[in-house]
Amino acid sequence: MTATSAPAPAAAPAPAPARRPRRRVDWGKYFTWAVIVWLLSPIAFMIVFSFNDIKGRHNVTWQGFTLHWYADALAYPDLTRALVNSLLIALLTMVFAGLLGGLLGLALGRYTFRGQGATNLVMFSAISAPEVVMGAGLLSMFLTMNIATGFWTIVVSHVMFSVSFVAITVRARVLALDPSLEEAARDLGASAWTTFRLVTLPMLTPALMAGGLIAFVLSIDDYIITTFVSGNTSTFPLWIWGTTRVGTPPQVNVMGTLIFAVGVLLAVVNAVMARRRA
Amino acid sequence: MTDERRPRLAARAAPYLLVAPAWLWLALFFVVPIATILSMSLMSGNLYEGYSLTWEFGNYAAAVGTYWEQIGRSLVYGACATVLCILIGYPCAYWIAFRGGAYKNAYLLLLLLPMFVSFVLRTISWKAFLADEGVILGTLKGIGLLPEDAYVLNSAPAVVFGLAYNFLPFMVLPVYAVLERMDHRVVEAARDLYAGPVRAFTRVVLPMSLPGVFAGVIMTFIPTSADYVNATVLGGADNTMVGKVIESQYLVNNAYPMAASITFVLMAVLLVGIFSYARALGTERVMEASTR
Repeated sequence: MTATSAPAPAAAPAPAPARRPRRRVDWGKYFTWAVIVWLLSPIAFMIVFSFNDIKGRHNVTWQGFTLHWYADALAYPDLTRALVNSLLIALLTMVFAGLLGGLLGLALGRYTFRGQGATNLVMFSAISAPEVVMGAGLLSMFLTMNIATGFWTIVVSHVMFSVSFVAITVRARVLALDPSLEEAARDLGASAWTTFRLVTLPMLTPALMAGGLIAFVLSIDDYIITTFVSGNTSTFPLWIWGTTRVGTPPQVNVMGTLIFAVGVLLAVVNAVMARRRA
Repeated sequence: MTDERRPRLAARAAPYLLVAPAWLWLALFFVVPIATILSMSLMSGNLYEGYSLTWEFGNYAAAVGTYWEQIGRSLVYGACATVLCILIGYPCAYWIAFRGGAYKNAYLLLLLLPMFVSFVLRTISWKAFLADEGVILGTLKGIGLLPEDAYVLNSAPAVVFGLAYNFLPFMVLPVYAVLERMDHRVVEAARDLYAGPVRAFTRVVLPMSLPGVFAGVIMTFIPTSADYVNATVLGGADNTMVGKVIESQYLVNNAYPMAASITFVLMAVLLVGIFSYARALGTERVMEASTR
């Protein structure tokens, strides 16, 4: 043992100087930044080209700076109507999916009940089922039942695919709650309803808001399911899709840029507030 | 007696009352529609005289016979995009979880930033960005780095990269969640026990992060293979995926039984794939990791 390990310290200094100058290159960092650049390049393109002074229909080459499209953002009444539709549908989805998903998440986190496994399976399926299958199914059902597709069939479908996301968010929060807080409220004479209203609900509010926000984003972004169940109603993604053949007007870049800016602003405010709370 | 029993009864009914609205909603607008696809796929008739259920199993043969190429292409493109998502997303998730330090959340937010732009708009942006005479190709052709007839759009790689681009977060997030929770001291322990950096990764970190990768594979393979937005915008006429066929059979041709049969075939192929995948890995683990 000693015989084999003895020469080691003596030999060690010799190769060491050769190795020391090699500085470690953090390849992971360069790779991650390269991916971030890749992810953001079409977004940057969209923003820059919302200022592009194009003459024709195709917004693909740079032709000079203008603020014209911002001043004229509402030039297409159909686009404005589609955007308003999208916002209304997303708000309604947020409310309904927040309510249904909140109750579902509360039950899943708090109780053990018959049918829990089946509930989890249906939720998992509704999250992972391909959109085209859900859209085709909904349309088949509406056709069979002679229900005309339009604004409300979009809302109903959006609530369906976002309710599970809300439920999962709320369930995680319910599981993390400290039961002794509710027990303390009950010990101090609060009824079950008062305890829920004054203790449980305020603690669940962040999760409900996060879940509602997920529902809002899923709804406003959805294209595939909406195509199937929209009838003659247009939404923002549907309207953009309709313009791809004839050339997308720069107003779409303007709207996209504004929505992006609001989203980023909200995310940053949220992050700063979370840091201050911590 | 009744006074004592009432609260217990209420307590026992509570979970069912809470889940009832969501159950009803999911049953009516998820389970029933899927069942309707099945019944519709076995109908025959035409748009003017109406369709009726005649157990027309021939619809399936017709669907597979006519559209096997699009179905196969969808699965291949979905698989390629999923592999690409692992190759791109895993190193990013690893680096952020292990080396991100105080900026972990900032890096994660940067990776999720594209989600603030509508999916359709992102894809259309790529199309304009990569147009034949656009910012990238036009410039490269201008300075003579590319031949005049070089193109990126309307090709299979454009579709696969578009899919990987749009669905990367679904791979990064579950992998990151697993790596972030991992006790980093186990890696130090491996190094202390004379494992090199490669061995420490392949024998310790990788096996422990596999549940996240499994979840990521499900969350990217299903939506990418059923997507048709990327294929239509970036792939042109020669790269049609099965989702587009379903969409036009329903909305343009109104050939409902045919459309429903293709949908059912797609669903069945994906379900068989997922079940064998989950069977091999344990259903519980896959479901748990996916719904987290």
